Amino acid sequence: MSNRIVVDPVTRIEGHLRVQAVLGDDGKLADAYSTGTMWRGLEVILKGRDPRDAWAFVERICGVCTGIHALAAVRSVEDAVGWKIPKNANIIRNLINATLYTQDHVTHFYQLHALDWVDVVSALSADPRETAAIQAKISPHHQFSSVGYFSDIQRRLKDFVATGQLSIFKNGYWGHAAMKLPPAVNLLATAHYLEALDFQREVIKVHTILGGKNPHPNYLCGGVPCPINVSDSGSAGNGLNEVTLNYIRDIAKMAIEFVNNVYIPDLKAVASFYPDWTKVGGYKNFLCFGDFPEIENVWDNKSLQMPMGAVLNGDLKNVMPVNVRDVNEIQEFVDHSWFRYANGKKGLHPWQGDTIPNYELPKGAEGTKTKFSWLTTDGKYSWVKAPRWKGHAMEVGPLARLAVGIGLGVDWIKEPALALLKELNLPVEAAFSTLGRTAARGLETIWTSQKMLQYVNDLTANIKAGDEAAANMDKWEPSTWPKECKGVGLCEAPRGALGHWCVIKDGRLANWQAIVPTTWNASPRSDDGEIAPFEATLRGTPIADPVRPVEILRTIHSFDPCLACASHLYTADGKEITKVVSE
Amino acid sequence: MAETQYQALRRQGVSRRSFLQFCSLTAASLGLGSAGAADIAKAMQTKPRVPVVWLHGLECTCCTESFVRSYHPIAKDIVLSMVSLDYDDTIMAAAGQQAEEALEDTIEKYKGEYIVCVEGSVPLGNEGTFCVPTGEVFKNKLQHVAKNAKAIIGWGSCAAWGCINTAKPNPSNSVPINKVIHDKPIVMVPGCPPIPEVMTGVLTYILTYDRLPPLDRQGRPKMFYGQRIHDKCYRRGHFDAGQFAEKFDDEGAKKGYCLYKLGCKGPTTYASCSTLRWNEGLSWPVQSGHGCIGCAENNFFDKGSFYDHETTVLPPGWGGIEATVDKVGMGMMAVVGVAAAAHIAASAVVQARSSSNNKHIGEGKHE
Repeated sequence: MSNRIVVDPVTRIEGHLRVQAVLGDDGKLADAYSTGTMWRGLEVILKGRDPRDAWAFVERICGVCTGIHALAAVRSVEDAVGWKIPKNANIIRNLINATLYTQDHVTHFYQLHALDWVDVVSALSADPRETAAIQAKISPHHQFSSVGYFSDIQRRLKDFVATGQLSIFKNGYWGHAAMKLPPAVNLLATAHYLEALDFQREVIKVHTILGGKNPHPNYLCGGVPCPINVSDSGSAGNGLNEVTLNYIRDIAKMAIEFVNNVYIPDLKAVASFYPDWTKVGGYKNFLCFGDFPEIENVWDNKSLQMPMGAVLNGDLKNVMPVNVRDVNEIQEFVDHSWFRYANGKKGLHPWQGDTIPNYELPKGAEGTKTKFSWLTTDGKYSWVKAPRWKGHAMEVGPLARLAVGIGLGVDWIKEPALALLKELNLPVEAAFSTLGRTAARGLETIWTSQKMLQYVNDLTANIKAGDEAAANMDKWEPSTWPKECKGVGLCEAPRGALGHWCVIKDGRLANWQAIVPTTWNASPRSDDGEIAPFEATLRGTPIADPVRPVEILRTIHSFDPCLACASHLYTADGKEITKVVSE
Repeated sequence: MAETQYQALRRQGVSRRSFLQFCSLTAASLGLGSAGAADIAKAMQTKPRVPVVWLHGLECTCCTESFVRSYHPIAKDIVLSMVSLDYDDTIMAAAGQQAEEALEDTIEKYKGEYIVCVEGSVPLGNEGTFCVPTGEVFKNKLQHVAKNAKAIIGWGSCAAWGCINTAKPNPSNSVPINKVIHDKPIVMVPGCPPIPEVMTGVLTYILTYDRLPPLDRQGRPKMFYGQRIHDKCYRRGHFDAGQFAEKFDDEGAKKGYCLYKLGCKGPTTYASCSTLRWNEGLSWPVQSGHGCIGCAENNFFDKGSFYDHETTVLPPGWGGIEATVDKVGMGMMAVVGVAAAAHIAASAVVQARSSSNNKHIGEGKHE
């Protein structure tokens, strides 16, 4: 059928995602559905393991938002056994997380999202003088702004295109009718695409100092593994010393400069050419678990700098509390996912998780199980499960944090958001859109880069006050733990609300479940008909050229999908898996 | 098409001086000396950009993230000047049909000339349907793309061993890539992820010398995986002196004593972390206070807790003093002696087996 659109693979994301859509007679998408096309089964692997090791396993859920699952894992185990961490450890974990946000959001905007809006080939016809003038106007303090700089970039680009080997730019959406930036702005954004590649490599070094490497820095239950030694013998060979504290401070300052002088001005400049994208791609239900506790071991909205809460139907005046321990509040459904529940249960809380893979093509699908060309929603169609909060599909991520933050009147979230809307002459509703989601990510990066500097200063101040503890080893031995306990570790990952739930028996893991950001956003349908963010936000999107549907990428990318995260979910006993696998 | 890597670099505004500097640095990082630098420079001035296709199976993308953190050379110079990365679903501009067309175009146009990089392992369970990008099981897609490749690089422990996916009970029944590709030269670059410069170093070596680097019998480049982390650890002196951190954040930990008793797997892990270190040589796990978890080794998730100390390599003095801890009856010297002898024997075997790998790519089949 000619009104069908398939985007598979959705590129510039983490993992494997397929989007199918049906184009209406009005040139807009009438329906869309998303399919997670990978599954790994990490949680069953955790069963029976030492809970202190769990962070290293779940960290391998994702190498892009690297470390965040490890953080949720150590928090989960600490919650289960009642393990308190020292103040320094809390500051260092916040510092690592603020660094991840800053690196991840910048990389998303330039490397993963920009090529939906920026025409690299159009930059060839730009006048570099014009680009330099724009740069000077929107960001007078950025160091690379001369006519010569942009001429050089353009010349290199020209020669590069002339070789005919376009590398990662091969077959991009160049010259597409939906591309609206003038050549001079395309050149500006292309130059910054290259600068951002350098930035991500530099800013992430905070993880290397504190966690030994990146991707996949090391974590520790009870605190952080890197001891603090700024004064005594051995300091020079220790990861955290006066030199590396200075190093981190310099990186934080560099991050603040890049975000304020490059990322934010670019975001505003690009956004100003795409006003229509404040009218599509919106969603109304939002969920946040909160993060950046300013007080160690306290998880409430007095401590959490990113707040916890839920909003339904866009009612920002009514931010509802969230109880992640209530088995009726958060549940996962598998009606349309490639799983089945052993007892035929409808929805299950993570502590009760019980799932078996059940791969089959939905009714009306075309092709075979090992090679298909079209899936339908009439049956199971994704490796992603369907999580629901009090029965509702929810959006998580930067826009959810913006909504909940505005609703709760959190100054650092509310004020910049309202100021930006005013600057662009837009109503608050405009924030709830594809472009709003992309802008929300930028706004919070201003804050996270500043927090990097604050946290390294907080750490220094606490060391000055005489506190050099980095880890609390009182509960290191499992013999000190309750015989049976369960816990939950929460985070706001860059991509949204993240929870890891664990059950510990006799010092070993009896159960482990994670519900990760993209599972909420990329959820398939559930039998009550609720449609989750990916599928709902694509509806009504105008498509200029159905063969090159770059518009689908714009909205999907605005969520920054991570499919390795979303589709690893699994809990069952090993015997059943073997049986199912060998069927 | 006929443009050389050197011309491409010059075109990108890289000066002759910087180019030669880059060649020296690359040669140094590969341990090749000044003659090596000249070889690299010559090769890059005479060879066109090699098309590279980068596939993702069951993985977490940490290898891609690591690759783009490389400092020598930096990722954008590789992607824009040294190779033509014609397909990589993590960073390519095109998606869906446009992406797949780019892939097929490269396979067709550069038959036998392109390099395939694989990140991730291959699930075989449930007919391979645990990974179905573009509606097709990954195993089939990989075999299709590999068929006309010049050589294969397996990035990370997923491609080399299976890593987290094959940790017990291996729910997706995943396998490393060499279980489904049998007729191509394959370099395995394990690590979760591998060090950025190890990844780019392997790639520049292949481009420069037009052959795979010398491999050990597990397919790993000897230049990066020939020695243990323990052999070159800056805390080795404390190990030999019997000075250990007894628990995290204690006095020994703060003084930078050996992390052996906290479970460090450096004594049994073959990788370059203690020499090349991470992120522009800034630090590495041991320097930042956590023992090596052995992520470059096969089955590292199934070798007991990351906090249980090794029992195959014992520190001096342990044979007598701590024999009960390790339940090892023989004296320390004997154990270390046996371990060393076993290592020498293994190395000899490795050398013998790998000599056949050290030939020009495309000359006959890989074993």
